[in-house]
Amino acid sequence: MSWNKKLQEIPFHLMLIPGVVLTIIFSYVPIAGIVIAFQKFQPAKGIFNSKWIGFDNFEYMLNMPNFTSVLWNTVFIAVIKIIAGLIVPIVVALLLNEVANAFFKRTVQTIIYFPHFLSWVILGGIVVDILSPSSGIVNQFLGYFGIKPIFFLGNENWFPYTLVITDTWKSFGYGTIVYLAALTAINQQLYEAAVVDGANRWQQTWHVTLPGMMPIITLMTVLSLGDVLNAGFEQVFNLYSPMVYSTGDIIDTFVYRIGLIEAQYGVATAVGLFKSVIAFGLIVWSNKLANKYAGYRVF
Amino acid sequence: MHKLSTGRKVFLVVNFVVLFLAALLCILPLINVLAISFSSKAAASGGYVNFWPVDFTTASYQYALSKPEFLAGFLVSLKRVALGYSINILLAILTAYPLAKERSTFSYRHIYAWFFIVTMLFSGGLIPTYITVKEVGLLDSIWALVLPGAVPVFSVILLMNFFRNMPKEIEEAALIDGAGQWRILWSIFLPLSIPAIATISLFSVVGHWNAWFDGLIYMNSQANYPLQSYLQTIIITPELNAVSGNELLDMNEVSDRTFKAAQVFLASLPVLVIYPFLQKYFMKGLVMGSVKG
Repeated sequence: MSWNKKLQEIPFHLMLIPGVVLTIIFSYVPIAGIVIAFQKFQPAKGIFNSKWIGFDNFEYMLNMPNFTSVLWNTVFIAVIKIIAGLIVPIVVALLLNEVANAFFKRTVQTIIYFPHFLSWVILGGIVVDILSPSSGIVNQFLGYFGIKPIFFLGNENWFPYTLVITDTWKSFGYGTIVYLAALTAINQQLYEAAVVDGANRWQQTWHVTLPGMMPIITLMTVLSLGDVLNAGFEQVFNLYSPMVYSTGDIIDTFVYRIGLIEAQYGVATAVGLFKSVIAFGLIVWSNKLANKYAGYRVF
Repeated sequence: MHKLSTGRKVFLVVNFVVLFLAALLCILPLINVLAISFSSKAAASGGYVNFWPVDFTTASYQYALSKPEFLAGFLVSLKRVALGYSINILLAILTAYPLAKERSTFSYRHIYAWFFIVTMLFSGGLIPTYITVKEVGLLDSIWALVLPGAVPVFSVILLMNFFRNMPKEIEEAALIDGAGQWRILWSIFLPLSIPAIATISLFSVVGHWNAWFDGLIYMNSQANYPLQSYLQTIIITPELNAVSGNELLDMNEVSDRTFKAAQVFLASLPVLVIYPFLQKYFMKGLVMGSVKG
């Protein structure tokens, strides 16, 4: 490379310096800090003087009585959320697409994606209030049908499903946008051709609309594989309680408690690393699949 | 327009009803809590409030607005949004511009690009990040809330794709006229990228306004909590409540329930105000983000 070209590229390097420095400090230093997963880390001694203990933290993790249930809860909650998060927005997008009245269509969209923009603290406050067994509106409504109050947030059988339903409430409207965009991109001539061939509405949906949406559905499905260990920390943290740990405790909340509350830094980092490694594999794999089947590239 | 068949008519009616109910289900919880916030203590604790306030009163709002913790949290949040937003946008622009160049123009582009992609694929996790922030000496400082997420990688990608889709000729003409890269970025690319910048601005503002977990772990003193972290401690974990039970008993009009409901709404108000813009630009942003160069 000539000197001249190197000189020309100097401004690009300068522009990148602030971002690079901050990313090194707040992303790469913590990645290096993962070594404490292999240490008996003591804050007073720091990373350089704490004792190295190999894989002891991981062994300890695998022997913890609740580790298996935490792992199972995470996958179970995440997978149902992924499935609901695919089906509900697709169905709503298909239904909205059939609406001719633009005002109604717009109003419904405006309402259904509003919850997406509120934090889980706010939505958690609302969920706790409306699901209260004593005075919440949901149990009052169920009472009209003679159903006894259900403690949705305090009953370990109900809790995972309460998570899935409230998560769908927050995010399905947002997901719908993606599919609606894909629907409007379908070539109208295909519908005209289908009508000429005598296709009715159901046949048009089946043979034109769904195939037209297939690339985006494939893409979203494949990309969601990367979330199999993400059961939604912010939501669970704001809704769970010791009463529902058996079915509602997930990896991220577990790491928070043993790490920041009990100050077992080494073990918590080991659990976090266990998750990061699997998640990394899943994300790389899902992006490969996405590239193969939908021609998707992040960069 | 040809006549609709009976089957089609039935479908349209059913479709209308289903969508109407879906929208209603989304909004009713919010309306219920809003109604509670404007109801009297007795009506709220007796469970008489549905979707309209009973014994209308603004006592809960007056009480919330008179709490110094609430106002302090509000101010910390405003400061955080202003600071965090400025840093996010500046860094997104400065990072996205060089990355949007072809390899022939900027030979190290791919190395930098991978440098940033890695952070999306792998992170140190909660504990190492916490220890880093602590060691850098940011605990109890507002910088702990804005610096760790200073480079918004998702926004960088969005802006980068937007920059890439601009006609190459504009840049070539400017180079021939003797403009440097800084000038091209500032005087040509930025004015043309207002829609993309509006989109990432909203991502950043909403993200900072809604963030609560970092405030909870990085701030030792409750006086430094942003609003959402403060609300997290009083709405979700009442035992850590700054408002003691006795204090509430002193008040005739306000119950714990109406007080919480009022605060939920006060904290959502800013989001509600910018919601029309959010809707407009998030749509665009999603479309922009999906058109890969």
